[in-house]
Amino acid sequence: MTSAEKKELQLTAVAVREGVLTSTYSAQAGHPGGSLSSADLFTYLYFKEMRIDPKNPKWEDRDRFVLSKGHVTPGLYSTLAQRGYFPVEDLKGFRHIDSYLQGHPNMNTVPGVDASTGSLGQGLSIAAGMAKGAKQLGKDINVYALCGDGEMAEGQIWEATMFSAHYKLDNLCIIVDVNGLQIDGRTKDVMNTAPLDEKFEAFGCKVVKIDGHDFDDIEKAFGKFHKNHGSDKPTVILMKTTKGKGISYMEDQAGWHGKAPNEEQYKQGMAELAEARKQIEEA
Amino acid sequence: MADVKKIATRDSYGNALKALGAEHENLVVLDADLAGATKTGTFQKAFPERHFDCGIAEANMINVAAGLSTMGFVPFAATFAMFAAGRAYEMVRNTIGYPHLNVKIGATHGGISVGEDGASHQCCEDFALMRTIPGMTVMCPSDDVEARKMVKAAYEHVGPVYIRFGRAATPVFHAEDYDFQIGKGEVLQDGTDVAIIATGIMVPEAIEAGKALAEQGISARVINMATIKPLDEELVLKAAKECGKIVTVEEHNIIGGLGEAVCGVVSEKCPVPVKRIGVNDEFGHSGPAAALLKQFGLCADNIVKVTKEFLGK
Repeated sequence: MTSAEKKELQLTAVAVREGVLTSTYSAQAGHPGGSLSSADLFTYLYFKEMRIDPKNPKWEDRDRFVLSKGHVTPGLYSTLAQRGYFPVEDLKGFRHIDSYLQGHPNMNTVPGVDASTGSLGQGLSIAAGMAKGAKQLGKDINVYALCGDGEMAEGQIWEATMFSAHYKLDNLCIIVDVNGLQIDGRTKDVMNTAPLDEKFEAFGCKVVKIDGHDFDDIEKAFGKFHKNHGSDKPTVILMKTTKGKGISYMEDQAGWHGKAPNEEQYKQGMAELAEARKQIEEA
Repeated sequence: MADVKKIATRDSYGNALKALGAEHENLVVLDADLAGATKTGTFQKAFPERHFDCGIAEANMINVAAGLSTMGFVPFAATFAMFAAGRAYEMVRNTIGYPHLNVKIGATHGGISVGEDGASHQCCEDFALMRTIPGMTVMCPSDDVEARKMVKAAYEHVGPVYIRFGRAATPVFHAEDYDFQIGKGEVLQDGTDVAIIATGIMVPEAIEAGKALAEQGISARVINMATIKPLDEELVLKAAKECGKIVTVEEHNIIGGLGEAVCGVVSEKCPVPVKRIGVNDEFGHSGPAAALLKQFGLCADNIVKVTKEFLGK
């Protein structure tokens, strides 16, 4: 990608992060930590990678995205809003009693959401079903699923991975946000899911390891996914990230998994993002 | 009923899928290493490219079915009732029920008539579990004819459906021109002293009981309630008003199934005494199906006995 394109993505990612703060602050609930660790990936997926049409969210031949780690709706919704699926202003209604922006993804109320998820481990199976369906239809549709590294403890993740390799779903891209933290602490202490690369390889997948905050790296990873078409193997992108990325007091803190900022914290976070935007613009 | 033709409704399931599969390209079938037992193998032989074995991984199978439905397919997912409604309950609830996806769960080996496998495989809780999911249609056919028509109706219905099929061969009593409709009960014998409302393989037992009671001067209305949800409230309330007493019969725990569904309707809208016949909140055990059904009182003789006691006769 050109440096101008990269700059554009970086600026969009800042706006996505602002939406994460705004929605969780407004709701006084929600999951900012994992939303921020996935923000760059969301941005790349929806602004560069996926074949989608925000004006026609149900377009039959679109690529599909499944948020298997369904709690990071602030990140997904903010990205969808930036991409034009619904007004950015609506993010303020997140988790409110009269809002369509449910705490966890609802495919029937939120434009752009392809699957209702929230119960961990299930989204990857849904994505596998979509990828199998696309193959069955003979359509060139890619399916992307975003999982958490804590989510890897769910046994169903491995049922779905086995299924995907067995049915040669090389149109399926499994992305794992390896931020190393989950509610109860560090993933390696709570329930060590490592080594993920060896596990996925043993299950019959092609594994790519990247820095999930580096757009060049993300681009290369999806390039490998496209090259893997015809290999009969699902692609797994293990992206190393920082939970809470971009907000100083949230970074690498398990406590910000599912906690909303107070007014002071919100203002500080928005100021930090404004500063980040300034630096990107001036670079 | 020795001279009556007997067919297990799981066989009807496989045959109906094969027939429907020939008509509808978008019908796909999933199984979890039980295609021989659930009889989806019948479909698999005819349409191998549309039958996906998921291995022994029921949770994944249910969610793969959900994903397939979002791509325009009409998936029928098959395994034993214990694993479809039990093991994968939360997958059905969150990923099929909540988004109201067009997935059909065709579960076989419901109830204690599973027989020799014993309690671990005798699911007497599936109606209860599936009934509590908003928007879920829950059905159980009484014979081969109804089972085949039910599978077709399930395909045509848009939305999630759970059907329980049986393992054991049971009498076929419907004529081929029987008009099955989701949500409609069927009066098989008219009567005014008591209404016997049965579902699944208990229906032929209820028919036999109804005849025996008639011989003893008791006029029993026998109703086949193939759809447990949405319940045919009109027919239940009519029975309550006209018969004054209701006996329910199901191969299911008396907690949470047809009996309690009937109680829910009559207690709110037309209170009458109800006697529930079913598995009395206990686990089953190994044995031949027919012997187990007798032992647990899920047979015509016991329906007659309980009904007479209930009526004070």
